[in-house]
Amino acid sequence: MERSRREFLKIAGVSAAIGLGTGPVIEAVAAATGHQAAPEAQVAHHPEALKATRWGMVVDTRKIESAEQIERMVEACHKEHNVPMLEEARHQIKWIWETHFHNAFPSQSTDRISEHLEHTLLPVMCNHCENPPCVRACPTKATFKRESDGIVMMDFHRCIGCRFCMAACPYGSRSFNFRDPRPFIAETNKAYPTRMKGVVEKCNFCVERLAVGKLPACVEVSEGILTFGDLNDPDSEVSQLLKENYAIRRKTNLGTGPSVYYIV
Amino acid sequence: MLELALKGTKKYWGLLVVLGGIAGVAFLTYLYQLQFGLGITGLSRDVSWGFYIAQFTFLVGVAAGGVMVVLPYYLHDYKAFGRITIMGEFLAVAALVMCLLFIMVDLGQPMRMLNVIFYPTPNSMLFYDMIVLNGYLFLNIVVGWNVLEAERNGTHYQSWLKPLIYLSIPWAISIHTVTAYLYCGLPGRGFWLTAILAPRFLASAFAAGPALLILLCLIVRRFTQFDPGREQIQSLAKIVTYAIIANVFFFLCEVFVAGYSQIPEHTDHLKYLFFGLHGKGVLVPYMWTSMGLMFGAIILLVIPATRRHEGVLAVSCVMVFIGAWIDKGLGLISGGFVPNPLHEVNEYMPTGAEVMITLGVWAVGFIVLTILYKIAVSVKEENAGVLRTRVVEE
Ligand code: SF4
Ligand code: SF4
Ligand code: SF4
Repeated sequence: MERSRREFLKIAGVSAAIGLGTGPVIEAVAAATGHQAAPEAQVAHHPEALKATRWGMVVDTRKIESAEQIERMVEACHKEHNVPMLEEARHQIKWIWETHFHNAFPSQSTDRISEHLEHTLLPVMCNHCENPPCVRACPTKATFKRESDGIVMMDFHRCIGCRFCMAACPYGSRSFNFRDPRPFIAETNKAYPTRMKGVVEKCNFCVERLAVGKLPACVEVSEGILTFGDLNDPDSEVSQLLKENYAIRRKTNLGTGPSVYYIV
Repeated sequence: MLELALKGTKKYWGLLVVLGGIAGVAFLTYLYQLQFGLGITGLSRDVSWGFYIAQFTFLVGVAAGGVMVVLPYYLHDYKAFGRITIMGEFLAVAALVMCLLFIMVDLGQPMRMLNVIFYPTPNSMLFYDMIVLNGYLFLNIVVGWNVLEAERNGTHYQSWLKPLIYLSIPWAISIHTVTAYLYCGLPGRGFWLTAILAPRFLASAFAAGPALLILLCLIVRRFTQFDPGREQIQSLAKIVTYAIIANVFFFLCEVFVAGYSQIPEHTDHLKYLFFGLHGKGVLVPYMWTSMGLMFGAIILLVIPATRRHEGVLAVSCVMVFIGAWIDKGLGLISGGFVPNPLHEVNEYMPTGAEVMITLGVWAVGFIVLTILYKIAVSVKEENAGVLRTRVVEE
C-alpha cells in the first residue's frame, strides 16, 4: 500500500504540474488510505502553496547578535515538528541547532577569524544537498530528494533504521530515535506526525508549511537572519542576497552542493 | 546427514546447552532492546554505528577467510586441504549467520527489514551487501553440504557443484570488498575514505579467518577422532603469517599518508585512536594492545621454530584473532565517527546490554558451528572407521 501511495502521489504531482485539477481526488484517496496527506499531495492542491525549483536558505551571520535568537529558531522548529526534548545527551534529536564557526566550518576556520564570527553561534541544519550522500546511501529510498524543488525528504514509515544515511551525511544533520520520542514532546502539534522509535529524522525545510503557503518556522522567527527562497529564480530574495554578498557553504570540497548559504 | 548432529557425547551436548543459555539470556536482552529501542546501547547521534556493526564487519572477514582453504585446494590442486575445505566452508556459514544477525539487531525497525527487497535501491551499497552476503551463505551451504554428503557416500560430488565452487572463490573476495565499500565511499569520513580499506579488510580477513580455523583444527583434533593434519595446519599458519603482515603493512601505509600529509581530516582519527583527542581517548589502550598483539604475532609466526611448534602457534593465532578483532571490531568503526563531522569528540563505548546481545549472537554462531562441525567430523570419523575396518579385513 505504501508503494501505491507513493506512486499515486508522484502521478498526482505530475498531473497537477500539467494543470489537471486533481485536488479533490487526491484528498479523497489520501483519506481513504488512512495516511496523513503527504506533502506532495498538498502541493498538488493547496492554492497558496509556495513553489520553487530549488529551495535554499541564506543565513546572514552579520545579523546574529545573541544566542537567544538562534534558540528561538530551534524552539520554533522543534515545536512545529514534534521534536522531543531528551535529557540523555546520547539520545538527543536535533533538526537545527547552534554551533561555533569552527565546528560548522572545520576546514575553513582560521586562527584569525573576525571577532564577530568568533563570538557568535551559527544555526546549522540539513543542507538539502544538491547531490546528497544520504540519499545515495539509503537502501530503501526512505530518504529521497524531491526533484521538483530539491528538498531532501524522509518517509518515516519506510525507514528501517539502518543509519547508513547518518554515516553518509558529512554534516551530522541527522538524528536517530533511540527510544520512543512521544513521551518527551511537551505539546504535540497535530499538524505534523510524531515519529516512532527506530527511525531517522532531520530538517525537512518545512515541506508541510510550504505546502500551505507558509515559510519555514525558523525563518519566521529569525528576525531577518534567515532568508528562504528559490535559488534558481534570479529575482528571489535569496538570489539577490547572494549576488550582493559573499557567502560560503559547508564543506563544498565534498561535492555535495549544500543549499544553505552563510553570509560572513 | 542431519541425524549425525543428534548423536553426540556429553561434552557436545554440554557445550550446546551452555551456548544455548547465553543465547537465551541475550534473546531476552534483545526483547528489551526491541521494546525500548537502540537507546539501551552506547550509540549516539555522533557515533551511530557501534559494536554490532563492527562485529558484523569483522565476521564478514572471518567468513571470507574460509576461502583460504577452498582456493588452494580447488584452484591449485593442493590436495592436503581437501581434508579441511569443509571446515572452511562451515566456518563461513556460521560467520555469515552471525553477520546477518548482527545487521538485524542493529536495525531500528527490524520488522521492516524486507523494505530493502521491496524497494531495491541499486545506488546503496547495502543493497549489494545484502546480495553478496546471502549469496555467499547459500553457496557455502550448498557446496559444503553436498561435498560432505558425497564424501560420506564414498562418491565424487555432483558435477554441477563445480561451477558453484569456482564461483564461491571470487564471491568470498566480493563479500569483504562490498563491506569495505559501505564505509570507504562516504564523503566526509576521512578515516574510511581510502582506497586501501578494501585490501586492508581482505588482509585482516585472511589472517583472522585462517587463524580461527587453525584453532578450530586443534580443538577438533583434541576432542574427536578426526585429525585435520599437521601439514594442513602448517600451511594455514603460513597463510596467516603473510596475511597479518600484509594487514599491518597496509595499516602503516595509512599511517604514513595521514602522518606525512598532515591533513587534519585524516590524522585526527588516528590521533584519537592512538593518543586521544581533546583529552578523550577510551580506545587508546585497546589500540596499542591490538598493535602489540599483531606485531608480537608476526614475530612468532615468522620465526620457523615458533611457527612449527603447535602450542606457540595456537598462542600466535589467538593473538592474531584478538588483535584483528580489536582493530576492526572496536577501532575501525568508532574511529571513523570520532571526531564527528563538526569536529567534536563524543566517544562511544558499548553498554552491558549491548555486550550481552553481542555475546548472544556469537553464541548462536557457535551453536551453528558446533553442529555443523559435529556433522562434518562424524562423517570423517565414519570414513576413517570404514577405512580401518577395510585395512583389517585385508
Ligand atoms: S545535509 Fe546531510 S542529511 Fe541533509 S541532504 Fe546533505 S547529506 Fe543529506
Ligand atoms: S536509517 Fe532509514 S533513512 Fe537512513 S539509510 Fe536507513 S532506511 Fe534510509
Ligand atoms: S527549515 Fe523547517 S525543518 Fe528546517 S530547521 Fe527550519 S524550521 Fe526546522
